[in-house]
Amino acid sequence: MAEIFVLAEHRQGQVRDVTYEMLTKGRELAQKANAQLTAVLLGKDAKNHATALSTHVNNVLLVEDAKLENFNSDAYQKVLSHLINEYKPMLTLIGHTSYGLDLAPSLAVSLNAPLATDCIDIGFENEALTVTRQMYGGKVNVTVTLRKAESYIVTVRQAAFQVKSDSALNGQVTEVPSPLSEEITSKRFVQYVLPPPGGVDITAAEVLVGVGRGIKDVANIPQVEELAKTLGGVLACSRPIVDKGWLPNDRQVGSSGKTVKPKFYLALGISGAFQHVLGMKSSDLIIAVNKDAKAPIFGVADYGVVEDLFKIVGPLKTKVQELKGQKVS
Amino acid sequence: MDIIVCVKHVPETAEADIKIDASGKAVEKSGLVFDINEWDDYALEEAVRLKEKLGGTVTAITLGSEEADNTLRKCLARGADKAVRLTDPKFEGSDGYATAKILSKAIKDMPFNLILTGAQAGDDGSAVVGVIIAELLGISHATMVKKVEPSGDAIRLNRELEGGLEEVLEVKLPAVLSIQTGINEPRYVSIMGIRKAMQKEIKVIGLSGIGLSESEVGEVGSWILTQKMCVPPVEKQAEFLKGSPDEVASKISEILKAKGLL
Repeated sequence: MAEIFVLAEHRQGQVRDVTYEMLTKGRELAQKANAQLTAVLLGKDAKNHATALSTHVNNVLLVEDAKLENFNSDAYQKVLSHLINEYKPMLTLIGHTSYGLDLAPSLAVSLNAPLATDCIDIGFENEALTVTRQMYGGKVNVTVTLRKAESYIVTVRQAAFQVKSDSALNGQVTEVPSPLSEEITSKRFVQYVLPPPGGVDITAAEVLVGVGRGIKDVANIPQVEELAKTLGGVLACSRPIVDKGWLPNDRQVGSSGKTVKPKFYLALGISGAFQHVLGMKSSDLIIAVNKDAKAPIFGVADYGVVEDLFKIVGPLKTKVQELKGQKVS
Repeated sequence: MDIIVCVKHVPETAEADIKIDASGKAVEKSGLVFDINEWDDYALEEAVRLKEKLGGTVTAITLGSEEADNTLRKCLARGADKAVRLTDPKFEGSDGYATAKILSKAIKDMPFNLILTGAQAGDDGSAVVGVIIAELLGISHATMVKKVEPSGDAIRLNRELEGGLEEVLEVKLPAVLSIQTGINEPRYVSIMGIRKAMQKEIKVIGLSGIGLSESEVGEVGSWILTQKMCVPPVEKQAEFLKGSPDEVASKISEILKAKGLL
């Protein structure tokens, strides 16, 4: 029977959300293609994860090995190549995450299996695998077909699919002996490094003013910081501001930074790349100011202002001070 | 240490208005400003810093049209010693896989200890080229690299994971590293530097110079084929607040007051 593989992603004892998102999409695809859904779980002492996953799938393939204790793309590639050659799934889904990025391209080459990355939709049309992905920082969607093959690999964008509470399946856990005979010497995991604790916890703030590329210059930071203070909030930012060293990394909102849920998020000069949106879309109220009316941020904001942010910052601070009955400075 | 940096000449789109062209398979290029891919900019800077510390050479290589010379000249001005451009009409339509095949063939005979690429390109965002090059050349790799410390025949590096977490790895040389933004602060290029770089030679190599057949490159040698492009559908659209800045500021503050946020 045809089979669809989903690689279970886990770290530090936790199965990551993207795994369940892929399983939801995988189940839909498997039903349409009349295929079995199989979670592939690699790790050391991972039986508890296997049990948890088994209600979402028809099968769990579990490979346990001390060499799989921490993610190592070379070790994962060897084990997955072995499993894919053995079970010949029509499709393998892998998260478009830091782990997936390190694994999927080399796995695809070694198996001669066509690969499409960072996909936000996946479907089989006339036996051809068709996926949707984004280009130009999320400003364009592109539909692509993969070159016809017996087995495909697709990396799936985080949060692209919503987890559905489908009826539980009664999947079998199959333990497969590890095919890893030797130590992996090309690449060795040393340790995790936690970000240094910062002075400000943006996840605790009720009001956040987020700034992006539109801020243009580090010299413009103080005026938005003033506005944040007037609003009783804290300044946060998108990735480019941290990359440039204009704000410390504990202020970064997004997939590689913090996930925030304030009562009010004011996005200033943020285009709304999905990595940023992932970190703030659950805010109660979102207002965005951006010069580009087509900026993706307006797809998540409740209210939008198409304007140069610098024209809004001053008047907004004044109006807020007036309404709060403060002395206008 | 001899380092090869793979760079791409891409349109700057973060603040640009993007239009899909008549073919429905590409965007209108006219009116867009092209420059070195943002991630590659950090990769080049990292290569130059390693060279300054350890000696050796930096070679910038790109696959693209003659216009990509602007990006190569920028690399030369910033400290690259040599520049190579891979150009052939048959290369057009190459996806990340075909691009990586072409680059790996061109790189194979060059002396190198390390290959750096950007973590992804700002146009297609595929994030595959570096890792595929490594696999084709049979060498190690690491992606999303935020810190690089060479030590003997290996490199100790930090990879960015999600949520601000990083992992430290040791990777054997030679290796391909794909570099994440924020790893360093790319240096400023002076006009003088660019002028000087104008005199340097850019080596141009075509299909016949790399030992691949026509069927291995371009669209026919690719894994993915573009069918159509569209503007992303919006699930929700913000309600736009209109008026002068003062009027808009009043409207925002009224909304905040109504929600009890002031």
